[in-house]
Amino acid sequence: MTDLSIMKKNKRITDQLIYMIIYISAAISVLLIAGIICYVFMKGINTVNWEFLTNVTSVLKDTSGIAGNIVNTLYIIVITLLIATPIGIGSAIYLNEYAKPGKLVRLIEFTTETLAGIPSIIFGLFGMVFFGIALGFGYSILTGSLTLTLMILPLITRNTQEALKTVPESYRSGALGLGTTKWYMIRTILLPSAMPGIITGIILAVGRIVGESAALLFTAGSGYYLPKSGQLFGKVLESGGTLSVQLYLNMSKGQYEIAFGIATVLLIIVLIINFMTRLLTRKFDVSRKK
Amino acid sequence: MLLTKRIPMKVMQEKGRNMRNSTISIVGSRKTKRISETIAHHIFTICAFFAVLGVASITVYMIINGTPALAKVGILELLFGSDWSPTAANPRYGILYVIFTSIIGTTLAILIGVPVGVLSAVFLADVAPKKLVAVVKPAVELLAGIPSVIYGLLGIMILNPLMYRLELALFKGSATHQFTGGSNLISAVLVLAVMILPTVINISESSLRAVPDQLKAASLAVGASKIQTIFKVQIPAAKSGIITAVVLGVGRAIGEAMAISLVAGSSVNFPLPFNSVRFLTTAIVSEMGYAADTHREVLFTIGLVLFGFIMMINTILTKLLKKGNRNDD
Amino acid sequence: MKKNITRMLMLCMIPVLALGLAACKNNSSVDSPSQSSSSALSGKITMAGSTSMEKLSNSLVEAFMEENSSVTVTAEFTGSSAGVESLLADSVDVGNASRNLKDSETGAGAVENIVAIDGVAVVVNPDNPIEDLTKDQLISIYKGEIADWSEVGGLNEPIVVVGREAGSGTRGAFEELLEIEDECQYALELDSTGTVVAKVASTAGAIGYISLDMVDETVKAVKLDGVEASAEKIKAGDYFLSRPFVMATKGEISEQNELVQAMFEYIYSDAGKELVESVGLIAVD
Repeated sequence: MTDLSIMKKNKRITDQLIYMIIYISAAISVLLIAGIICYVFMKGINTVNWEFLTNVTSVLKDTSGIAGNIVNTLYIIVITLLIATPIGIGSAIYLNEYAKPGKLVRLIEFTTETLAGIPSIIFGLFGMVFFGIALGFGYSILTGSLTLTLMILPLITRNTQEALKTVPESYRSGALGLGTTKWYMIRTILLPSAMPGIITGIILAVGRIVGESAALLFTAGSGYYLPKSGQLFGKVLESGGTLSVQLYLNMSKGQYEIAFGIATVLLIIVLIINFMTRLLTRKFDVSRKK
Repeated sequence: MLLTKRIPMKVMQEKGRNMRNSTISIVGSRKTKRISETIAHHIFTICAFFAVLGVASITVYMIINGTPALAKVGILELLFGSDWSPTAANPRYGILYVIFTSIIGTTLAILIGVPVGVLSAVFLADVAPKKLVAVVKPAVELLAGIPSVIYGLLGIMILNPLMYRLELALFKGSATHQFTGGSNLISAVLVLAVMILPTVINISESSLRAVPDQLKAASLAVGASKIQTIFKVQIPAAKSGIITAVVLGVGRAIGEAMAISLVAGSSVNFPLPFNSVRFLTTAIVSEMGYAADTHREVLFTIGLVLFGFIMMINTILTKLLKKGNRNDD
Repeated sequence: MKKNITRMLMLCMIPVLALGLAACKNNSSVDSPSQSSSSALSGKITMAGSTSMEKLSNSLVEAFMEENSSVTVTAEFTGSSAGVESLLADSVDVGNASRNLKDSETGAGAVENIVAIDGVAVVVNPDNPIEDLTKDQLISIYKGEIADWSEVGGLNEPIVVVGREAGSGTRGAFEELLEIEDECQYALELDSTGTVVAKVASTAGAIGYISLDMVDETVKAVKLDGVEASAEKIKAGDYFLSRPFVMATKGEISEQNELVQAMFEYIYSDAGKELVESVGLIAVD
């Protein structure tokens, strides 16, 4: 009884031990994290210069650069978002506004969760055999985008759902009370109000796309040439290696300077994405509080 | 916002006149309204079923492509055979060691990564000074978002040489050990553990922070020490968040292919720490490009096994979550 | 708030557009000198296959695309067997293999078009003092019978046996020429020539086999039975580890579309042969 008295703050030995373990764990984590970021930057920052970013690797001209990969990454981001965003938002609208809670909704939500948990390599396998071979698109940006669409669909659906849920019920009933139809209400009131949340979801999806390599290696291939003038749309049907895929290829061939250069570029891209997400979430929260 | 903005009277009258003339009047043009409404409704329903379609087609495809091998090669030989030589004159497709490697490797990675992660989250949420948190938290978020191949790159540059030196020291003069130059199970496990750290830390930290202050205050008020509060009150209260973090960590670890494909070796061996090993995922990656006929079907079977594992883990852990929540209520 | 978001998105597009313009400028300044007469051809050629043929494929692709500015050629490096399989599945126009085609492949319609001769070099870590290995020593090392470098006259360090994955043309050629198919004990089965180079270069005591044109300063090629691995020795027939580089087509070359025919015309022309020699291979007549 005397040990546990609030008058006698006995510094228990076990407490001290646990504090030590916590400090050690935290030190390990912090050192690892700081170490990783610093190591990648230090090794890569020398490679990253204007030529690196705007040249294409060429055997004949003896240059090396990632311009082709950057363009491919942009292509994949744009096309995947073009396909996945409407489907994801439509999905979320259905789940939130139209569907009646019950077995159907639970099935859809269950499958969405499952889709989110499937490892990317299985998407890659499926994409290669279904979109690449069965549908005949071969190694192309289109195949990669279709595969990635399946991967980021749950992300966009979930984020849009959350965003829609935060729109107050009074908006909906007010609009319907004034006599608008459901679709009109959704497109003029709900979607604009939920837009910051939706955009946050899209930005997170972009982050996921940029970091994906397993699903793209056998679907979008590894081409690294810039599209020729006049071929901007045709490029979609050609193979294109994104930055992550190129990083993997350089890494496996032992070309570590280029690999670290790409890693640094990717780190900077993720930094920007994180920054934008944080900015948007803050704006989102503040406006809700009003 | 639309309803609370102060709109001047003139604009209101203008709007009223326009509303009467346009097609969104509640009395006129009901037909066009009806058509666009039903079209919209149908489009949204179709969109929603895309997720179902996606999962269904992937599952069906995996099953269709994965089961012929089970029949051709035989379930026993496939799942419980340990000889993997798909291109030999007499091909053998035993993936037992591969399955073991994935199970053991993932378990070890979790055993290392989750405690360190959760305790670090405790540090960030309760023990660390605010300035440190402001620096460390963005770094953790940054690391949670970078492509996993970067972890593989670091593994090759830093871990493999270290492991090789260890290997040389430990197995000096051994007649039975096949030297792998540092690509072995331990390297892969360490890379996986480091990879799941940011995810575990992030989510655990948010759930720890979300625990209401009253709970913590009440616990401290009755005389518990800070450590007791953390471990007996806060962590149980944040249990669902921490379990989510663990589930996501497990998912990431078991599904990772690229980061470990270059640090784990790639021969099919029993998963001893210093053996060159192959995981379910790396087995698919290394042979996906060129496998033909039966070989490819076996790769799909590997994918099916992986799929099965993940569904199992997800269901078990979600059930744990639901049970936990029900107990709290 | 919507305006701010739009403004931010606009700000992000500016660096992206700038990069795109700069890249296009680089690209166009490279394209302009090549106003050749054969720019009447336009279209796409797809290739897939051997990683050993990467240097040759990339050089060929670039040279061909420069001559014909409206043609796009892409090449994937998935391994010899994968390349021929994609060819037979009609996913690509040309399948690259760094070995002779198997009977099953020719039986399914693939035609073997040899475009170059390549040697398989056996490489070790540059710190390894070994200069020479006999054929039998090599076989024993890869079968796992010799496990330490001291047994063949080297330092007291274990041998790390590195090889390629099962579908590799290089592995197929290597094992077939030494007649040790299915008997090799690999510590590591890596999936491209470049990976083997990287591993051997960074691991003391490693030994591996790669395409001759990929040997660089980071690894050391050993002599086999006293013969060094070089293009001249292969042409003279002294170095026994040599294999063909095959660009397979489904059906004869004359049956392909005009783009593929033009590409093969280029390879077999003098300019093409020069290209082959410039990357370190041996041209065929």
